[in-house]
Amino acid sequence: MENYAIEMLNITKRFPGIIANDNITLQLKKGEIHALLGENGAGKSTLMSVLFGLYQPEEGVIKKDGEVVKINDPNDANRLGIGMVHQHFKLVECFSVLDNIILGVEPNTAGFLQKAEAKQKVLALSDKYGLQVDPDALIEDITVGMQQRTEILKMLYRDNEILIFDEPTAVLTPQEIQELMQIMKGLAKEGKSILFISHKLNEIMEVADRCSVLRKGKYIGTVEIANTTKEELSRMMVGRDVEFVVAKDPAQPTDVVLNVEGMTVASKMHHNNAVKNVSLQVRRGEIVCIAGIDGNGQTEFVYGISGLEPLKAGKIEFLGQDITKAPIRKRNVMGMSHIPEDRHKHGLVLDYTLENNLVLQRYFEPEFTSKAGFLRKGNIRKYAEKLIDQYDVRSGQGPITPARAMSGGNQQKAIVAREIDKNPELLIAVQPTRGLDVGAIEYIHKQIVKHRDAGNAVLLVSLELEEVMSLSDRILVMYEGEIVGELDPKTTTVEELGLYMAGAKRQ
Amino acid sequence: MKEKKSLLRNGGFQTFTTSIVCIILGMIVGFLALLIIEPSGAWGAIVAVIKNFFSYPSAAFRLQYFGSTLAKTAPLIFCSLSVLFAYKVGLFNIGAAGQYCLGIALALYLAIIVQLPWYICLLAGIAAGAISGALCGILKAFFNVNVVISGIMLNWISLYGTNLLLKPAMDPSGKDTFRLVNKAKQALLPTLGLDKLFNKNQYVTIAIPLAIIAAVVIWIILDKTKLGYELKATGNNLNAAKYCGMKENRNIVLTMVIAGGLAAMGGALYYLSDFEQWNVNASAVPGMGFNGIAAAFLGGLNPIGSIFSSYFITHITVGGGNVDLSRYCAQIADFISSVIIYLCGFVLFFKTFMNKRLDKAEEKKIARARAAAEAENKEGGNA
Repeated sequence: MENYAIEMLNITKRFPGIIANDNITLQLKKGEIHALLGENGAGKSTLMSVLFGLYQPEEGVIKKDGEVVKINDPNDANRLGIGMVHQHFKLVECFSVLDNIILGVEPNTAGFLQKAEAKQKVLALSDKYGLQVDPDALIEDITVGMQQRTEILKMLYRDNEILIFDEPTAVLTPQEIQELMQIMKGLAKEGKSILFISHKLNEIMEVADRCSVLRKGKYIGTVEIANTTKEELSRMMVGRDVEFVVAKDPAQPTDVVLNVEGMTVASKMHHNNAVKNVSLQVRRGEIVCIAGIDGNGQTEFVYGISGLEPLKAGKIEFLGQDITKAPIRKRNVMGMSHIPEDRHKHGLVLDYTLENNLVLQRYFEPEFTSKAGFLRKGNIRKYAEKLIDQYDVRSGQGPITPARAMSGGNQQKAIVAREIDKNPELLIAVQPTRGLDVGAIEYIHKQIVKHRDAGNAVLLVSLELEEVMSLSDRILVMYEGEIVGELDPKTTTVEELGLYMAGAKRQ
Repeated sequence: MKEKKSLLRNGGFQTFTTSIVCIILGMIVGFLALLIIEPSGAWGAIVAVIKNFFSYPSAAFRLQYFGSTLAKTAPLIFCSLSVLFAYKVGLFNIGAAGQYCLGIALALYLAIIVQLPWYICLLAGIAAGAISGALCGILKAFFNVNVVISGIMLNWISLYGTNLLLKPAMDPSGKDTFRLVNKAKQALLPTLGLDKLFNKNQYVTIAIPLAIIAAVVIWIILDKTKLGYELKATGNNLNAAKYCGMKENRNIVLTMVIAGGLAAMGGALYYLSDFEQWNVNASAVPGMGFNGIAAAFLGGLNPIGSIFSSYFITHITVGGGNVDLSRYCAQIADFISSVIIYLCGFVLFFKTFMNKRLDKAEEKKIARARAAAEAENKEGGNA
C-alpha cells in the first residue's frame, strides 16, 4: 500500500454538453513532485477546482492520508493543508511581504496584531527552505520572483502539506526558473507534496518525479519521469507526434515595413516613461522579437505602434507613410494586425458571439455591411464558419457561441485566426500562444512563419523564451523601456538572453 | 423532446415566461398588502386594478378608456426605449426623466407662446432631449463622469428649467399650462382618424403608431445594422472597441443623443396630444422616465417586448385609479402598481434561476444516457 498525501479517485464532473473530468484519478505521494500535464481544456482547472471545493464532482471521492474527505469550499481545503500558488498572484500590492503572508490568519491578542511573532516564523521558514525575502518590503517594490516566494511562504506559513503550483514559471526569467526548481526540490525533500501544473515539458522533465496526463477530460495515464521522454509526454498529451522546433528557412528580409524612431511613451503607472527613445525597423520577410520580462515597456511599446496610446515623442513610419498620429482604424486598414496581449481586455467582446468577434476588424467592409449600413449576417456566418474550420476553433455551439463561454485557448485561437486572416503587411503578435497547448502552439507558429514567408513583416512580443528562441529571426531585448541588445537567436543562448533581460548586460 | 428543450432555452421565450411570473408575483404581493390594510375590500381593489377599463359597463366607454390607456402607453414606450437603448451600450440612462421634461418644455413653449405648428414643436422637443443626452454622453466620454450622476443632476436642472420656461404659459385659473385645445390648436397632434376608432377619444393620436414604429426602428438599429454592432461592442467592451478602431467616444455620445431624443419625443408627443398639462410648480420630475426603466427590464430589454411591458404597466397604473377610495387612501393605486413594477425588476433574476434549473436537468439527463449506454455496452460485451 502506497502512502498517498492526497488522492482523487475516479472523479467525474460534467457541465451541460461537456464532461470536463471523465473518471480521472490523481494520486499524489508524500514528498513527491507530481506534474499535471494537459492541453487547454483538458480539465486541469476543473480538477483543481474540485480539489478546492469550488465544484462538487458527480462521481468519485477525494482521500487525504487514505481517509475519505468531503471538501465543500476552499476553507475546507485550507484546513486539510492544501495550498496553491496561482498563475496570477493574489497579493495586496501596497502591503508588505509579511502582511501578505499573515493575511487572513493574523496572529492577534484581543484584536491587536502580534507581528513580531509572525515575523520570526516567516524568517525561520524562509531560512529553512531557502526562500529569500525581505518581510518588510512592499509587494509593489519587489521582483516577480520575490512575489512568488511570498506566495510560497504564504502556504508554508499556514502549514500546508500539499502545495499546488499553477504554471509558476510563466512570468520568470531563466535564472529565476532555476531557483524555483531548486526551491521545489527542497520543499519535496522536507516532506511537502507538490502538484506542478505546467505546459512546459522541459521543466517537468527536470523537476518532477511523476507526471499524470489528461486529454480532453480523460485520464491518459501516469508515468515515472525517469522512464519517459519529452516526446512521449507530448504524445500522451496531444495524441500525436508534435514538432518542437519550428521548421523555417533563414529569413530573407527585404523592404522596411515599420520604421520607429525615438519612440517615447508615457507610463500610466508611474511618472517615468514606459518606453524610452526606442528606434527599430521591421522588414518584410523577417520575424523580429521583442524579448523581455513582463512590465519592461513592451506593452506600452505595442500600444504606441497600434495607436492605443499616444506617443510623447518620436515617429512611426508604416509602409513609408508617417502614421504617428493616425487613428487606429486607419492603421488597421493600411495592413496592420495586432494580436493583443490581453485577450479579454482588448481582443474580444466577451458578450458577443464567436462569429461577431471574428469580424471585429472587418465588419465595416462591403462583404459584411451593405451600403445602407445593414449587416450581412449570412456572409458573417459563412466567414466565421470558414475560420472556425480552418483554425480548429472549438466551442459548444459553433459560430453562435458567446465568446465568454469558450475556453481561453480557443478564444486565443479565434483572435489569431481573425488577425492572420486579414493578411496584414505587419503582424504584431503579443504573446500569441499564451495559454495554448503544444499542439495549438505548433499550429500558430507555423502560421506565423508562413505569413513571414509570404513576404510580410512580423513583430513578435513574447515572454516565453522557447518561443523567442525558436520563432524569431532577430531578437531585441527590452529592459526598463529601452532596447538593451540585439541578438541573433542562432548564435545566442538562453542564459545570455536571460542576462540581458534581467538588465545585467547591455550592448 | 429536443424541440421542447430548445424552446425553454430560447431567450425570447424565457423573457416572456419570466416576465409573466414577475407580474403574477407582483399581483400576489399587492393583494397581500391590500389584505393587511383592509381585508374586506382587497379582492375588489385588485380586480379593479386588473380590469382597468373593462370595469365600465358600456362597450363604447370601454373602447374610449382603452384609447386613453393606449395614449398613456405611448410616452412610456419611448422612455423604455430610451433606457434600453442606452443600456445595450452599457449606459444607465436614469436621465430619461429629465430628457422627457425637456421634450415637454420645448414643445409646449413653442406651441403656446410662439404658436408654432405641432411638427416643429415636436422636433424642437426631441432636439432639447438629444442635447441634454449629449451633455451626459460628453461628460462620460471625455471626463469619465458616471452617466447616472450627471443624469440625476440634469433631471433636477431640467425640471426647474421646464417650470421656469413654462411659467408664462400657465393658465391663471390654476397651476397648469393652458390646454392646447383652447390656446394652441395648431399644435395639437393629428389623429389621422384614430380618435374615431376609440369612441371619439381625441387623445388617441399619431403618438401611438409612432411609438410602435420607434420600437421597431430601434430593434432594427440594434440588431441588424453596423451602427448597432458598433454601439453594442462599445458598451460591452470599450477597450476592444478602441482596439479595433471604432470611435468609442463618438459612439457613447451618439448613444446618449439617441436615448435623450427618444425620451424627449415621448414627452413632447404626450403633451402635444393635450392629455395632460404641465404643472409649473412641479417639485419632482414625472415618474414616466423612471417607469421607463421598469418597462425596459420587464420587456426583457427587447424593443418589441417594451411595447407590451409598457402597455401592461400603464394598464395597471390607470386601473389603480379605480380602486375604492372610501376604503383605501389615495396612494394605494400607486402603491400596488409600484409593487408590481418593483417585482418586474426581477426578470433577470428569474431568468438566471430558470437556466440553472435547466442546466441541472440536462446534466441529469446526460448522466442517465451515459449510464444507459454503459449498460448496453456491457450487455453487448456479454453477448
